[in-house]
Amino acid sequence: MAAQEGIDILRRGDRAPLGVRMYKGTVTFLRRKPLGAAGALIILFMIVLALAAPLIAGDPNEWNLSDNFLAPSSQYWMGTNDVGQDIWAQIVNGARVSLYVGILSVAFGSGSGGLLGLASAYYGGKVDVVMQRIMDALMSIPTLILALAIMAALGGSVNNVVLAIGIVQIPRANRIVRSQALAVKESEFALAARSIGAGDMRIMLQHIMPQCVAPWLIIASAGLGTAIISEASLSFLGMGVPPTTPTWGGMLSQRGREYFALAPQMAIFPGIAISLAVYGFNLFGDALRDVLDPRLRGT
Amino acid sequence: MLQYTLRRLFLGLLTALLVSIIVFVILRIAPGDVVDVILGGEDAFYSQETEELLREQLGLNKPLYEQYFIFMFDFVRLDWGESLVDSKPIWPQIQQKLPITLQLAIMTVSLAVLFGIPVGVIMALRQDSSLDYFLRIVSLGGLSIPSFWTGTMIILIGTLYFNWSPRLEYVSPFEDPRGNFIMFLWPALATGWVSQATKARMMRSTMLEVLRQDYIRTAHAKGLRYMVVVYRHAMKNALLPVVTIIGITVALTVGGSVIMETIFLLPGMGSFLVYSLSRWDYPAVQTLVLFFAGWIVVTNLLVDLSYGWLDPRVRYD
Repeated sequence: MAAQEGIDILRRGDRAPLGVRMYKGTVTFLRRKPLGAAGALIILFMIVLALAAPLIAGDPNEWNLSDNFLAPSSQYWMGTNDVGQDIWAQIVNGARVSLYVGILSVAFGSGSGGLLGLASAYYGGKVDVVMQRIMDALMSIPTLILALAIMAALGGSVNNVVLAIGIVQIPRANRIVRSQALAVKESEFALAARSIGAGDMRIMLQHIMPQCVAPWLIIASAGLGTAIISEASLSFLGMGVPPTTPTWGGMLSQRGREYFALAPQMAIFPGIAISLAVYGFNLFGDALRDVLDPRLRGT
Repeated sequence: MLQYTLRRLFLGLLTALLVSIIVFVILRIAPGDVVDVILGGEDAFYSQETEELLREQLGLNKPLYEQYFIFMFDFVRLDWGESLVDSKPIWPQIQQKLPITLQLAIMTVSLAVLFGIPVGVIMALRQDSSLDYFLRIVSLGGLSIPSFWTGTMIILIGTLYFNWSPRLEYVSPFEDPRGNFIMFLWPALATGWVSQATKARMMRSTMLEVLRQDYIRTAHAKGLRYMVVVYRHAMKNALLPVVTIIGITVALTVGGSVIMETIFLLPGMGSFLVYSLSRWDYPAVQTLVLFFAGWIVVTNLLVDLSYGWLDPRVRYD
């Protein structure tokens, strides 16, 4: 019976529809990994806040000096800052920047890093040596310092932050995918594909790449939390998103620092927002790693 | 062993060379310019001739590759030049600032190791107990709470409740050991809290892996005391991957110093770098980044060499 089921699954078209399989997979994930589920919930909550920002909060840049330094109240439920801006509105809009930068920088950085790693492993030889030496060099510059230097070169804007934080992630994804692809490249199905005359692109993308997705996902999901912290750090140092756009790191930066003792809400809420968001991504990433990496299963 | 070390040193030099090229290129494609800074910001009014003259004096009118070779030639001869903006020589400044960053790094890593490794071992020994879950949540918190916020909150709570604020002046450990220690303790705690998390997590998973090995069962079966099995047999082998992580931390603290030195007003290499970067001070930034890169390359080499010492199975060839 079980064997028959297996054969059925192997027969394409006999599998349950994708939607059902995804639903079942999700339910199993949530039941087996409660911490991961909590992480997913936090991420979901953040996405909803970011999307609904214009509906649930006012204009984050609107200032009103007569309302400055107000403690949290029913009107401003996270209080106001030194120029009377609504901190809640800034937090909710900051979530947009954090998510935007986090997701796009991982997609760009870990994505291109992974593809480069795949090519590096597949072509080997000179391509591999040159690329790996460049990755060595990129890894030898402390990430924050590299991001700072790139920001200095490109100038402050949201998309430049995406680029800077993305570039910083390239070497790690490159290494992980490369080492996996090196092993897969010599496997029998890859050799078989070559023997029936498949081209380089076809072997790389259709045969080797799917085997590299799991380790890549682990690195990429861990990168999300790091990317959000990096964005906040850049804005905190005044080298990130321009101050006219409210960001969590920017709210904690030099401009507000002298008022923190006077209005602690200015320091407390953005910090909680960053920590909670990164915590959510880390919990989720950890659970994902446990599920995807069989060697770590149960540890 | 010697051959391996030499090969690694050669690769390290190659890496440093590439780093210098990368940094050089990044700085020169920047829209900002040191000439603007010297002449008083972008809004200042100055004639084209003044600008040309200044460029010529600073050697910035030469072709890029020539500028690069001049920089590298001087760097290799340990003639690290002077700041373009205030003409202060760079090397004495590094001599002054390096001990500060070094002390911060050493204290951070020590705190991280002292907390992280025992916590990781405890988590592994009590796997899936409520203690394990509690420590996992706390330790993952270290990874999630940005150090610049921890630092900010330490100062905020100090100011609000204890009438304490970080000292504005650096005290040397030789003049006032206690004052110096307290000065570095808080920033070290703020970053150490982050890096203990990576250590604890790594320790936990390698320890779990080792505890399932056959030789551990044998050790238990032959009647060794529990603690002997844990420390002498399990922990010794589980520590190896953690050493890599410690090496990464040593490298990371250099980057982290940028933020901690800004918050706690420590005049170290990190704040020097941010300051130089904001003024487009090419020679200072290039020298500092190369310095940091050298630090990381050497750390990585030491980590790899330590494998042979820790694990007799590792052979270098």
